[in-house]
Amino acid sequence: MHGLLSLNNQNTPNTKTESTMQLTNRSKVVVKHDLNWVEKLYLPAIFSGLAITIKHLFKKSATVRYPEEKREIASVYRGQHVLKRDDKGRENCTACGLCAVACPAEAISIEAAERKKGEENLYREEKYAAKYEINMLRCIYCGLCEDACPKDAIYLSDRIVPTAFTRGNFIYGKDILVEGIDASGRVDVSKRKKNYEMEGSPKQPLLNK
Amino acid sequence: MDWALLLDKTILIVIIFAVSLGIAAYSTYGERKIAAFLQDRVGPDRAGPFGLLQPIADGVKMFTKEEIIPNASDKFLFIVGPCIFMMTALMTSAIIPWGKSFNFGGHEFGLQVADLNVGLLYLFAVISIGGYGIMIGGWASNNKFALLGALRAASQMISYELAMGMSIVALLLINNSLSLREIVDGQAGDGNVWNVVRQPIGFLIFLICAFAECNRAPFDLPESESELIGGYHTEFSSMKLGLFLFAEYINMFISSAIIASLYFGGYHFPGIDSLDLPQNIAAIVSIAVLFAKILFFIFFFMWVRWTLPRFRYDQLMNLGWKILIPLSIVNVLVTGAWITFFK
Repeated sequence: MHGLLSLNNQNTPNTKTESTMQLTNRSKVVVKHDLNWVEKLYLPAIFSGLAITIKHLFKKSATVRYPEEKREIASVYRGQHVLKRDDKGRENCTACGLCAVACPAEAISIEAAERKKGEENLYREEKYAAKYEINMLRCIYCGLCEDACPKDAIYLSDRIVPTAFTRGNFIYGKDILVEGIDASGRVDVSKRKKNYEMEGSPKQPLLNK
Repeated sequence: MDWALLLDKTILIVIIFAVSLGIAAYSTYGERKIAAFLQDRVGPDRAGPFGLLQPIADGVKMFTKEEIIPNASDKFLFIVGPCIFMMTALMTSAIIPWGKSFNFGGHEFGLQVADLNVGLLYLFAVISIGGYGIMIGGWASNNKFALLGALRAASQMISYELAMGMSIVALLLINNSLSLREIVDGQAGDGNVWNVVRQPIGFLIFLICAFAECNRAPFDLPESESELIGGYHTEFSSMKLGLFLFAEYINMFISSAIIASLYFGGYHFPGIDSLDLPQNIAAIVSIAVLFAKILFFIFFFMWVRWTLPRFRYDQLMNLGWKILIPLSIVNVLVTGAWITFFK
């Protein structure tokens, strides 16, 4: 009985903590004791609390005023998708459907069409996507579509998908996804390109590796 | 009746009402800003420069919200409740001396609506009626949360009024007066110090009780959002809710004024009388001094709110009945003995 009681005595060293491996020296042994009369007044504790909060009055706020200020985001951030064009302004996408197959959320739907005569300046290859829709509410921004794409056509950019009032407005068609032809409409995705995709190196699709 | 006096008082009352409401409105803004700063945030900054128009936006919101009177409520009392609370909050400002008197071409313009010789008793009477506003509003809502909040408010106010009254008794022993102007003037001049020096324990008790009377954190149990939704104003909407919230800020403003007047020399500041300013300028300076003190205490109210967690109900009652009341009685006895034997 006596031995059982002494286990609960806080003064006896706790053998368990000694045997546990310490990763840092920051851990503290918390000893709970009865408050003495000064502590029972609570006033010193209240004043130290007030001192802590008043210090924060002079600290810089952590707020980012979003629409005006933008937080710096990682260079490989996976945001709103972009369908790329080549140097001559032709759409890269050939509607092969690999992105839609790769998509774990089944957010992508594609309808393919054949390129007609006279459309060579619009589409790079003989087949193109007549309809290319991504449901932004389904998308989980994993980037597998980008990995799956053999034609350098789809990338996730560092843009944040804006809010909308209806679910329908979150289904993005080609009008939103395809980047503009002129320089101002182009979306820079160079940071997301894999090493083997960089300028000058031969294109090595993931499937052939 | 002297018409000039009536006109004087009417002007003064209108000004005090406007100032009280203005300060209350900007206290809501100040509270949100201070809360934000203490938490490393920015606070409201969308309406106007630095969000200064926020109180107006809030007011418009309050006015345009749907007015709901619950079917099961007592409709008359439901409306009377917030009115009483607001009215009593504004009534207490009558006895506060806001500054030295102006002199417009020989016409003396005093800055106190009523210099009652029982001013402090009037104050306590009005504060007690304020409890009815909460009680009636909470009971008339016919809602369990509102009723619980109202009961908590009533018992809290009664418990803390005792200790508050006792701390005032000790103050009266020293100042020999119940008139607020005489108490304020008794803290200025040669050989006189602020009452906070003469009555530190009394001041502490009064301050704690003032927090409890205003239902401010850490004693905001009557409206504790996390457990009682909104407490006594759960069922209130639109401007009736606005009246409750607004009156609370007016209460805070008035109790800051009273703390400043009773314990911190009111509109006096040490050494300011020796400057020999012209009367009207001295009056303006005295108003500024009082408002600086009031604003500090309003800030202090907010500072404490965003520092301390809420008391548990038994802790609240423990503090009130077992600590503050005995302490205030001892304070009265010690003060009395000191006056009897050393003065």
